[in-house]
Amino acid sequence: MADDEKTTDARPEHPTPLRGPDEGVPVHPKGKVPSVGADIAALATGLKTTLGEFFSPQVTLEYPEDKSPRSERYRGRHYLRRYENGLERCIGCELCAAACPVGCILVIAAENTDENRVSPGERYAKTYEINMLRCIFCGYCEDACPVQAIVLGPEYELSDTSREKFIYTKEKLLEPLPPDVQARLQSKAKEAT
Amino acid sequence: MSGIYNDPIGHWVVVVVAITLLLFVVLTATAYTVWFERVALGHIQRRPGPNRVGPWGLMQLAADGIKLAFKESFVPAKTERTLFVIAPCIAVAAAFLAWAVIPIGLWYNVQYWIVDINIGVLLVFALSSLNVYAIVIGGWASNNKYSLLGGLRSAAQLISYEIALGLALVPTFMIVGSLRLRDIVDYTVTLGPYHGPIPLILLTPIGFVIYVIAAVAETNRAPFDLPEAEQELIGGFLTEYSGLKFVMYYLAEYVNMITVSALAALLFFGGWYLWFVPPVLAFLLKVVLFLFLYIWLRGTFPRLRYDMLMRLGWKVLLPLAIVNVIVTGTILVASQG
Repeated sequence: MADDEKTTDARPEHPTPLRGPDEGVPVHPKGKVPSVGADIAALATGLKTTLGEFFSPQVTLEYPEDKSPRSERYRGRHYLRRYENGLERCIGCELCAAACPVGCILVIAAENTDENRVSPGERYAKTYEINMLRCIFCGYCEDACPVQAIVLGPEYELSDTSREKFIYTKEKLLEPLPPDVQARLQSKAKEAT
Repeated sequence: MSGIYNDPIGHWVVVVVAITLLLFVVLTATAYTVWFERVALGHIQRRPGPNRVGPWGLMQLAADGIKLAFKESFVPAKTERTLFVIAPCIAVAAAFLAWAVIPIGLWYNVQYWIVDINIGVLLVFALSSLNVYAIVIGGWASNNKYSLLGGLRSAAQLISYEIALGLALVPTFMIVGSLRLRDIVDYTVTLGPYHGPIPLILLTPIGFVIYVIAAVAETNRAPFDLPEAEQELIGGFLTEYSGLKFVMYYLAEYVNMITVSALAALLFFGGWYLWFVPPVLAFLLKVVLFLFLYIWLRGTFPRLRYDMLMRLGWKVLLPLAIVNVIVTGTILVASQG
């Protein structure tokens, strides 16, 4: 490694010759004579610039009222999806929990029966909890899911008043998806077909 | 109405009422100057500035004031306790006293000033130079190297610029022949068909330029804010101050800023005379424009280095002011001769 560094040490030549030890610092660029007029003009240019900025539109986004647009692929809080007939998509396979790098997902599966049918598959998630304090919003759970049951929505303001409230239970995760996430999933489904 | 001014008791009633009103007005004006500065600086940096407390953030200063007033009145250990407390009082007292002689306007025969003395301008400068004592004593009493450096810088800076400031106004006094602020505002000329008051800047443009630069330095405002230079001196003489004592310095700085703006309006822009605009409003408008100029300068120019400050004061402004006095005197003598 050290040898490599030595061989690549040859730097490109500096474009202009460097100043020698006895040469003074050039006060003004070549061809420009220092003058009071030029100095005052420079001050006026500065004042003009700031006045121009004064009358320009502001760039501030007044946060609680205005929010910057989220990217379509933004990874915020999770949602569990349902089929159109109301059955849950999740089949309790625990692949999301396996894919999770921080181990924040807890899935306890149970068998579907004819009397109690929750999902179309053999099993469903009896318990589905995500610890949002641990979650790093990597989206691997969404990638891992074979039935696209879990998706990450655009919400990012997840602060709350106690640690317990950060354990998102199945009821909370099954809340209806925001329309823009639905649109995204539909466009994704179209691409796949 | 004018009879009341001559009545011995009525005169005092008027003065006391005027002092109370003026204190209130200047305090309020100071608060809104701070608001105006923050909003204007914000716009220069393309952001809105304070706009949360009240409509357009107009109550921001009330909120800040209450917050600062309820802070612990803290005096650090090893400070010169008495001087530490007295220094901000000097600053704020001197700043407010100057307003005793500043005439705001004459409207329907009502005099909008407290006293009209024949050395008005001189008194204003005498009081504004008291501000140095406040800063030097505060800086020394803080027993802190940054505070002391800030105080020393302030002393040197104010002495350097006070001379230029005073000399810049001498041509005005020579033309008008009076130090009474009302006489300066009422200075009338007869130029062909025109007879009436004129903005004196037409006769003393160089004096005006020197005055504006020296006044910025005199009020310790950017780009001459070396005494408090946050980046190098923490807060200069303000480093150890907090709570109400900090408010006093802050208040004094902004009152001084309004004072020099008011003086500029009175001495160079005809005070309360402006076409058909009512006198007091005209004066207010001119002061606000000057305040905007100060804020605009602060938003534009970086702070001067100490040697640049001294060079500008002693090698540029002072000689220019002296030449200005001589040239004006020569022209005056020639035109009379």
